Amino acid sequence: MENEASAIALEARGLTKIYRMGAVEVHALRGVDVALREGELVVLLGPSGSGKSTLLNILGGLDTPTGGTVRFRGEPLTLDSERALNLYRRNHVGFVFQFYNLIPSLTARENVSLVTEIARNPMSPVEALSIVGLGDRLDHFPAQLSGGEQQRVAIARAIAKRPDLLLCDEPTGALDSKTGILVLEAIIRINRELGTTTALITHNAVIADIANRVLYFADGRIVETRRNAVQRAPGELAW
Amino acid sequence: MMSSLDRKLIRELWRLKAQVLAIALVIASGTALLIMALTTIEALEETTAAYYERTRFADVFAQAKRAPENLQREIADIPGVRLAETRIVEGAILDMPGFAEPVVAQLLSLPEREPQLLNALVIRSGRLADPTRPDEVVVSEPFAEAHELKPGHNFDAVLRGRKRTLQVVGTALSPEFVYAIAPGGLMPDDERFGILWMGHDALTAAFDLKASFNNVTLSLLPGADEKDVIRRLDGLLAPFGGIGAYGRADQTSNWFLESEIAQQTNMSRIMPTIFLAVAAFLTNMVIARLIETERREIGLLKAFGYDNWAIGWHYAKMVLVIGTIGILIGSLIGAWLGHWNTELYTKFYRFPFLLYRPGPAGFVIAGAISLGAALAGSLAAVRRAVRLPPAEAMQPPSPPIYRRTWASRTALAGALDEPSRMIFRRIIRWPLRAFLASLGLALSIAVLIMALQWVDAIDSLAETAFERGQHQDATVAFNDLQPIDTVADFENLPGVLAAEPYRYVSARIRHAHLSERQAIIGAPPGAILSPVFDVERGRIEVAPGGLMVSRKLAELLDVNAGDTVDVELLEGRQTRLSLPITQVFETYLGTPAYMDMTALNRVAGDGRVVSGLHMRVDAPSRATLLARLKDIPNIAAVLFRQAAIDTFYETMGETIFIFIGFFVAFSMTLSVGVTYNSIRIALSERARELATLRVLGFSRWEISYILLGEVGILTWIAIPLGAIIGYGLAWYMTSAFETELYRVPLILRDATYGKAALIALAATVVCAAVVRRRLDRLDLIAVLKTRE
Repeated sequence: MENEASAIALEARGLTKIYRMGAVEVHALRGVDVALREGELVVLLGPSGSGKSTLLNILGGLDTPTGGTVRFRGEPLTLDSERALNLYRRNHVGFVFQFYNLIPSLTARENVSLVTEIARNPMSPVEALSIVGLGDRLDHFPAQLSGGEQQRVAIARAIAKRPDLLLCDEPTGALDSKTGILVLEAIIRINRELGTTTALITHNAVIADIANRVLYFADGRIVETRRNAVQRAPGELAW
Repeated sequence: MMSSLDRKLIRELWRLKAQVLAIALVIASGTALLIMALTTIEALEETTAAYYERTRFADVFAQAKRAPENLQREIADIPGVRLAETRIVEGAILDMPGFAEPVVAQLLSLPEREPQLLNALVIRSGRLADPTRPDEVVVSEPFAEAHELKPGHNFDAVLRGRKRTLQVVGTALSPEFVYAIAPGGLMPDDERFGILWMGHDALTAAFDLKASFNNVTLSLLPGADEKDVIRRLDGLLAPFGGIGAYGRADQTSNWFLESEIAQQTNMSRIMPTIFLAVAAFLTNMVIARLIETERREIGLLKAFGYDNWAIGWHYAKMVLVIGTIGILIGSLIGAWLGHWNTELYTKFYRFPFLLYRPGPAGFVIAGAISLGAALAGSLAAVRRAVRLPPAEAMQPPSPPIYRRTWASRTALAGALDEPSRMIFRRIIRWPLRAFLASLGLALSIAVLIMALQWVDAIDSLAETAFERGQHQDATVAFNDLQPIDTVADFENLPGVLAAEPYRYVSARIRHAHLSERQAIIGAPPGAILSPVFDVERGRIEVAPGGLMVSRKLAELLDVNAGDTVDVELLEGRQTRLSLPITQVFETYLGTPAYMDMTALNRVAGDGRVVSGLHMRVDAPSRATLLARLKDIPNIAAVLFRQAAIDTFYETMGETIFIFIGFFVAFSMTLSVGVTYNSIRIALSERARELATLRVLGFSRWEISYILLGEVGILTWIAIPLGAIIGYGLAWYMTSAFETELYRVPLILRDATYGKAALIALAATVVCAAVVRRRLDRLDLIAVLKTRE
């Protein structure tokens, strides 16, 4: 999908983020520069607390940096406007979280339509759930689904709006390897078939092999960037 | 097509149904009270207006000694008068079969041939008296009920000293006696006071008033000047012993009725306002905490791109649904209570029909206030929730910072086990939240105290007015003034231990532009049986040469001790004079004014006379005395103190005490609503922590202690706090409830605090027990698996 000639979808420059936890100041990001190209699949790898999630949250408009800028398709994100960030999230970004974050009182289909109802050009919830292989579990509540199935509902929910960016924060972190592979396959399929620019956080170095590019994080900085010559299919992975 | 967000809303509401119901009940309490009060007022006003109109209730009333029939035409010619109807009104003593005490009756004449122009009777059974049969009477329905009288029954009566046997031919209700109380009485006593209607000729014959009348009632033309009519009527009747005409506002039955409506209006302002305010606070608190537990969902919705308005509206809808459920429940209960309450009134306020047709106003007002309170409550919480960046909102709140304070280093803290330390640290860590939860409970205790205070206040009122302030067993009122020697005659009756005379003169008291029609009581120096009595200072010696007025009357006239008022006596020579106010004293009942009896006799110019006397009666000889009293001529009324106390409690028991019952029930609803929600929310906030402890090997009882111990401590803090607020509310209530009829003293017995505290504790225990069952079902794996 992605090649060197693709336009830059998302670009961040000089991002810093400082959290104040009571008396302690935590430097979550210490000056990060990053660019994601259209259709690219990037994996962010690194230990806990290295700043991966903070970066992803800022790129997705869930959080604001202490310093630095973010440009989406060349336009700067208005980081101080809640409204603008909200529109950015609504129209361009899909999120997948480690713990699925499904609304327990809504069925799989309803969890997806929660997003399609406010999106501009969504696919139908049934279509989104079919893409992740859950076309037959539409009316199950989260409590009636396995962890892997719940995560796939969360992915369906994230992609149903046909986002430009799919941001996944440890999507396999709570899953066993077999289920994790199913989830990764769903993500790759979306990246390939819909051309959705995708960023994926993981602890698991093995998963990095599915990416076009791998960013290594440590201590609030990107310490290394690696380009995979060959993307491996999730089915070939084992951990 | 319902949106997913609405579907979420419905399922969430269903999941939280117990909490939803608890909050709805809190809202329902306030709503029900307000609707009850508003619709009761509406029904009473509407019924009264319709009854007065249908029966042509008069506008002006006047009593005289004996006026010639032909004066009627002159009265009818007073400008502004539409109709004038003359009649005879007299008192009589009845000897009812099987009833030991003499019964006081008021006799009114019915026109001989034509129908009644004014104050038309509503016949309830039987028929009107036949003019050709002088012994036929129509009796008032409540009196007939009290003595089980039916048409065809007979009883004996002493009319002007002559004993007669009267035959009941019908029962009736009259707009003049909606609230029927004997002269000098406070509460209706249907056993000891009755109203009889007889043919006009029969009454003139019995009272020797041929071609005369002694009472006249007028209806006025629209726009007529009532004061002017009264002045002219007084002028016409003065030569014939007129004692001052008065308008509807001063007509006894109507005065009580209007006071009651005013009281209800007052009640509808104060009590439901306090209740709604408390309910709003509690709704606010509970919903705020509820929304805090929704923090993650709010973050998630924001991550999807829902804007703050959409999220705010989502939670507003949640509040609206809860509020609407509350209002619906409250409206149903309120309408039912209102109807029931209005019917209760008809036991004392006798209407031939009852119009309970509540309009939408009451419901709209109550609904708007309740919903507004609930929405305002949620607003701040939603605002706080949407302010968080979504990334932060979806994270569990970072662990709160706990510190070791000086308190942890004390020996006492050292003795605490870890679970207790957890409880105390939580309270110290979030003092505001703990305080608010405590305050919520305290408010429900306070409302309970305010409700229960009425029982104390009324006991104290009765004790002060009837036991400390008065010592007579019976009071006799004469038809005509009697020489003071009569006192000695009564002292010689069997069973009379002591007798003390009094004088009673109708008067109008003026100060600047203010005027009150208020009888002046003449008390003899050294009065003991029925002295001038101040609720704080006790018995006060009657001062010569001036007027002693109750504080309420002083307020109505805007006078203080030392000021001078103009007094117009409405009897005898209609003397006008200026009198200094020598003392102002505090009473709970009425607006009395006193003078030295000798001084009052002197200014009235009737010589050494008495209007009646108070007696101490020796219990064993009581029956003999009662039998003798039934035969003594010229007695207009006999009142018994014990009967007054009994009817007082009976009336209160059936009105105020039942009312208090509701307040207690509603206060308990508040208590339960707050406690249940506090515990449930604490549980959802701490489910993980408690499950972790279970995994570490704590027993169910131990984690119950950790969860419920906090609520327990907060309840203990709430009790003294509630007592203080309750005292404040009771103080406010008593000062706001002051009417001319009675003032409620601010009396709070220790037991009342105790009862309120026990009820609150009981509510806590019940709620804790219910929530504890949920702790037993805590799913340890599920709780630990998700999140973090």
